[in-house]
Amino acid sequence: MDSTIVSTGTEGKTWGGGNQPLKSSYGKMMMWFFIVSDALTFSGFLAAYGFSRFKFIDYWPIADEVFTHVPFLHGQELPMIYVAFMTFVLIMSSVTMVLAVDAGHEMKKNKVIWYMFFTIIGGAIFVGSQAWEWATFIKGDYGAIQTNGGNILQFGEYKTVDGDLIFKRVAVEEFTTASETERVQHENKNGLWFVGESALPVFSVDDVYHGLESHPSILVRTQTINEDGEKTVLSREASLSQVKDNGKRYVKGANLEVNEYGAPLFADFFFFITGFHGFHVLSGVVINIIIFFNVIIGTYERRKNYEMVEKVGLYWHFVDLVWVFVFTFFYLV
Amino acid sequence: MANHAHKLEIFRGLIKFKSNTQKIWGVLLLLSIITAVEVVLGIYKPISLMTPSMTPFEGGFGALLCNIIFSGFIYMKSLNLLFIVLTIVKAYYIAWDFMHLRDETKALRRLVVWTTIFLISYLIFILLQEAGYIESVYTNGFIKRDF
Repeated sequence: MDSTIVSTGTEGKTWGGGNQPLKSSYGKMMMWFFIVSDALTFSGFLAAYGFSRFKFIDYWPIADEVFTHVPFLHGQELPMIYVAFMTFVLIMSSVTMVLAVDAGHEMKKNKVIWYMFFTIIGGAIFVGSQAWEWATFIKGDYGAIQTNGGNILQFGEYKTVDGDLIFKRVAVEEFTTASETERVQHENKNGLWFVGESALPVFSVDDVYHGLESHPSILVRTQTINEDGEKTVLSREASLSQVKDNGKRYVKGANLEVNEYGAPLFADFFFFITGFHGFHVLSGVVINIIIFFNVIIGTYERRKNYEMVEKVGLYWHFVDLVWVFVFTFFYLV
Repeated sequence: MANHAHKLEIFRGLIKFKSNTQKIWGVLLLLSIITAVEVVLGIYKPISLMTPSMTPFEGGFGALLCNIIFSGFIYMKSLNLLFIVLTIVKAYYIAWDFMHLRDETKALRRLVVWTTIFLISYLIFILLQEAGYIESVYTNGFIKRDF
């Protein structure tokens, strides 16, 4: 055995090995490396969002008008409230996580268990809220007409609220009745088995035009943002001619192809970035559950340190950190 | 690990907490206040903050340099600038106190922070710059969009 040990004469010197200049364990260092690279991934996505938004800076949807819903408060416009709640839940679960790490440093197993439990609950609430937010966004609320050029025409009328004349959105369903149509959805089972199409729109453009004609107070609002930072409302004549000349199809809600709130790119980035973040939260919850059970069966008690809790905690805080930026760039700015 | 040392001051020593747990709750309070301010400003959008706070400098190379240095004040609505600053403040406290960067060595801290800041700044600069150019082509070039 002696022959395999080589003495280099550099032991204890700076380059002799065994140094820990960063005074951090291997596992924690690797978690930091991962976090840095993941932060760059997210910033790539958010910068791409900024790129698209700057390209269409005068046509981009206003987030306050898109995300106005709160569960159980149907029909009320409460921008920001629900997403603020989600942000608070995530920050709160970050706090319970850091408290779990702190309890781990003091080797208090029961405290770690309880704090990790609350962290997991917070994460679950957040993912659930995000699913609800997606569902609401996909479902849509007012409906709109998409033009041949891909622009969105929304509808509304001026109403006096508390002495101020403000533009109130009107759902297309409220003024339009669907006409008889012979066109049926082409499904794979009826025709060529490899050809199908998605569900047909409820209304044709003509239906919407007739509805608009018979309701003189309703006007069209375009995507263009004016000097006051509001979407432009057209005159009655322009409204009618826009729908008649340029209307292509009725759209409701948002998906990867159309978006009743404006540019489809907005929906694409929303689904991709919040989806990617939501996936991080979901995997964070799963990793948290694994560590949670490890704490319960006493793995770290026997190991005599709770560094694993600290490492998963780093990941969990990172997810929170990313949300802080997503919140700003999707909902605030 | 039991005697793991934590730095307990925030605001450069202005506030010093008695224990790490207390510091965590203090930071939570700070983050909650910042978020509440953001939400309130986001809902009410005060008119005074809806325009940039400075007008562009005119003439010469010095003016160009000043426009670059103060670009956040010149080309951005004050409200948006405020949101971004508040976000970075929040990010700082999450990283420093929740992720314990305050307790790590200076080298690790710089390794993490400066790498990301450098690369992200470059990415943002190049993408937003080009997007502005494309926007100008869409607006001023012969591209029909209203149909």
